[in-house]
Amino acid sequence: MPTSILRRQSIDIPLLITALLLSIFGVAMVYSAGQVETPRAGVATLWQKQALFFGVSLVVAWVVMQGSVRLIEWSAWPLYVLACVMLVALQFLGTGAGTAASTKQWLTIGGVRLGQPAELAKLATTFMLARVLAAQRDTVTTLRELWKPIMVVAVPWVLVLATKDLGTALTFIGILFAMLFWAGVPWPLLLMLASPGISLILAFSTGVWGAWFLVLVALVFWYRPYLVEGVALVVANVVMGVVAPLLWDTLKPYQQKRLLVFLDPSIDSQGSGWNVTQSKVAIGSGGLFGKGFTMGTQKRLEFIPERQTDFIFSIVGEELGFIGVSLALGLFLALFLRSTRVASRAADMFPSLVAFGLMSAWFVHVMVNVGMTLNLMPVTGIPLPFFSYGGSFLMVSWLAVAVLLRISAEGRGQPDALGL
Amino acid sequence: MSNHPNAVLRRARVARGLLIGLFLLLGGAFFRAQVLENETYLLASESNRLREVPLPGARGIIYDRNGEIIAENLPGYSVSILSPTEDSLRSALRTLATVVDIDSAQQELAVRRFRKARTRPAVIFNDASFQIVSVLEERRAEFPGLIIQNSPKRYYPDGPAVAALVGYTGEISDADLAKERYESYKAGQQIGKQGLEAQYEELLRAREGQRFVEVDARNRVVRDNGVRPEVQPEAPPPLRTNIDIDLQRYAHEYYGDSLRGAVVALDPKTGGVLALYSAPSYDINRFIGGIPASYYNQLLGDKHTPLYNRAVAGTYAPASTWKLATAIIGMERGLVTMGTRMPQPCTGGYWMGRVFKCWDKKGHGDITLAEAIAKSCDVYFYQLGLRIGLDSLLAGGVRLRFDRKSGVDLPFEKTSTWPDTRKYFDRQYGARGWNPSVVLSLSIGQADNAQTPINMAKFYTALATDGYAATPQIVAREPQREKILNLTPEQLQGIKDALSDVVSRGTAAGAQIKGLTIAGKTGTAQVNGQKDNAWFVGYAPADNPKIVVAIIVEEGLHGSSAARVATKLMERYLKTSLTIANTITD
Repeated sequence: MPTSILRRQSIDIPLLITALLLSIFGVAMVYSAGQVETPRAGVATLWQKQALFFGVSLVVAWVVMQGSVRLIEWSAWPLYVLACVMLVALQFLGTGAGTAASTKQWLTIGGVRLGQPAELAKLATTFMLARVLAAQRDTVTTLRELWKPIMVVAVPWVLVLATKDLGTALTFIGILFAMLFWAGVPWPLLLMLASPGISLILAFSTGVWGAWFLVLVALVFWYRPYLVEGVALVVANVVMGVVAPLLWDTLKPYQQKRLLVFLDPSIDSQGSGWNVTQSKVAIGSGGLFGKGFTMGTQKRLEFIPERQTDFIFSIVGEELGFIGVSLALGLFLALFLRSTRVASRAADMFPSLVAFGLMSAWFVHVMVNVGMTLNLMPVTGIPLPFFSYGGSFLMVSWLAVAVLLRISAEGRGQPDALGL
Repeated sequence: MSNHPNAVLRRARVARGLLIGLFLLLGGAFFRAQVLENETYLLASESNRLREVPLPGARGIIYDRNGEIIAENLPGYSVSILSPTEDSLRSALRTLATVVDIDSAQQELAVRRFRKARTRPAVIFNDASFQIVSVLEERRAEFPGLIIQNSPKRYYPDGPAVAALVGYTGEISDADLAKERYESYKAGQQIGKQGLEAQYEELLRAREGQRFVEVDARNRVVRDNGVRPEVQPEAPPPLRTNIDIDLQRYAHEYYGDSLRGAVVALDPKTGGVLALYSAPSYDINRFIGGIPASYYNQLLGDKHTPLYNRAVAGTYAPASTWKLATAIIGMERGLVTMGTRMPQPCTGGYWMGRVFKCWDKKGHGDITLAEAIAKSCDVYFYQLGLRIGLDSLLAGGVRLRFDRKSGVDLPFEKTSTWPDTRKYFDRQYGARGWNPSVVLSLSIGQADNAQTPINMAKFYTALATDGYAATPQIVAREPQREKILNLTPEQLQGIKDALSDVVSRGTAAGAQIKGLTIAGKTGTAQVNGQKDNAWFVGYAPADNPKIVVAIIVEEGLHGSSAARVATKLMERYLKTSLTIANTITD
């Protein structure tokens, strides 16, 4: 279907409204996060900045929406290169902030923090990955055929890891697997691809790792990859199983403690386990209806750490209770289901993969961030889309919304193309 | 890549299923935390933000038998500070020290209190002066977390006169906190440490009130009013005792600062303790709000051991006051009557391998048991002891309760010493380390016989009444009496007459009081390396006893001197009680 670069299309109203509601909800929670008993300079007014970021994001999203999916496809390469260059630049110009003071996540020039290049990298990598996967016409049957998509993700992933931003690095893994799945890579291959990582985690329990290894061997025999691939896979898993304890020893005591605290926060409830313990108390004490908007005692008295960023969902739990949590989770689920629908109704593979990739990035953020507040996930310092305070993250989230709206608009005309 | 519509549709279904499934799991986890486990987390959230500030209450007032106050409470102030960390407490203390006088020992004490209970305010002054309070109130804004509040302080109007009796209060120690008795207590609280204060801790303890302050995550006080309704402390009902405070004062006056010893006065019919005094004494009012180290060290270093309650924990050879026990054991066994004479008249000594002297070198001649009691003849009782025999004498002493505590309602009473069988001597000195002549010494209240004044007083309540010994009790309750004398009324009367003779014409004749018949027994106990201790145990009026007094004056030389004090005490009590009785009748 011929498309012009600046074509107007009808808007996916449910998607837009869901994203708007999430953002308004988020700004309200940033406002609440600033309402504490001992006001500190700037905290109380952060919501105003967030509201401003929201406004700017809407404008940028509107501008992006005027473009076409084709433009996005064309821009994938330059954006990807730009993002990687910026990530490299972070090694020299990066600074930390808040509890992430020891990291290099913010690009800072002349003392002015310009933003987090990792956020742009997520978007660019999604576009680039979609391009690579969409270009791969044949069905993938071997691991070797996945080298291109893996490389596309590996480069920014390594660069992000170098900035010590573990949360965002995790998102890249999520995006890779989600998009490979959407591209039709068979699940045994995905499992085999993930297996070294799984081995790394399970190796701390010899019995569990042994069982997993047997499952893997059975999978290899059943799927019958190339001999070299099969051997490499088994060797990679064995190596991971062996190096895991050694890697553990190389971790600094505070890093080890952080992981142990995930298993049992009570072992250091005054130290590493403080955040999670207090977050759980905040959420649990919220009950069914919550303590009332801005009235959360855990928040008001600053028991909740990082309450305007990483632990903002704890405030939702404390002040709005299970009802508020259900509402927020419901909005996220609606956004994801709608995005999946957009992906499945897209005009062709590139936009379809982009839509699913963007959705999966949000999904990882939501699962890890929300799970972290209840100690279902380790604390990795990953923000909650539309809620956590932060200009670049909100703007990138709205860029993603804009792209989804654009894809939705372009896909709506031909729903039958994908049979939906 | 597989972009067949059916393949995309299948993947979309899987993705939707996964999304919905994972969100349901996540929602389920929140449901469990927020709805099913809400109460647990709500409690945790409350304990996070609320700090309980104890509101100390006034301990129960202690009255004497006539309604006079023995222990009461005066208004006072405590100063404490709520700190997030030890470092911030130290910093606050340093700042405070620039405003009020807090020495390093007090600062360390406050830090130790903080360590014991980090969420409770650390007490700096238990009993702050008005000057300290006014200075701190003026500059309160400089000290966040400073808590100044009313804290009633204990006061004993007759301080030194009642020290051994009433004891004192103090901050609960770590060792006390570990005890089951104090399991409901918290570090920093005051408890009774000695005397009645310790014995009746549960009855005297005020129910502590609480107020709450709201703190932030750094334990800084954010709000200290109206956070939650205050729970006011509750004072317990007063404690009424059998004590006659006037008698206590009199005992204290008599002993003054120079004499050592103890006085126990009992109501013979009920066992009610009318007076219980130990000399030398000390001022328990100086213990309030924490004992000054200098004063405590002075008391500890005093060679006359003022902290030692001689009335219940001092054990002394009862000397001749014990001869009544020998006489009773002999009479119960049918070996003697009041008119029995011994084979050998007293010539000032008795030969049994060596000479056992009588206190009167001139000798008492051929005398009856009644005369022997009145004149306290040692030779008579040597022979009576031999006639009873060692084993029977020991068994008799046990039956008369000389081997145990009196059961008075005071802590730290010492068990009296009395050998239960001859095995005691084997254990004590080895099988060959002693000989049966020990019965001679035991018969006159010497050798391995050490009695507390209160135990002797208890024994004499049986002599003063109908053979029933009354358990001494300071706090008024149902009397507990136990028959210990198996004598006929005639035999008991004979003993009583002999005891009357002791005062009317015997060894305590010098202690007679005009118009008052007094019965009792003197005792002069030899103590190695020091002068003799003087005893007197007796009762009055002789025909209708209302008071039993046991008194010991360490190094008082002769029992007659103790008798003079005892009879004065009796007179004082009987006159006062008569006056009160008349007043009531009028």
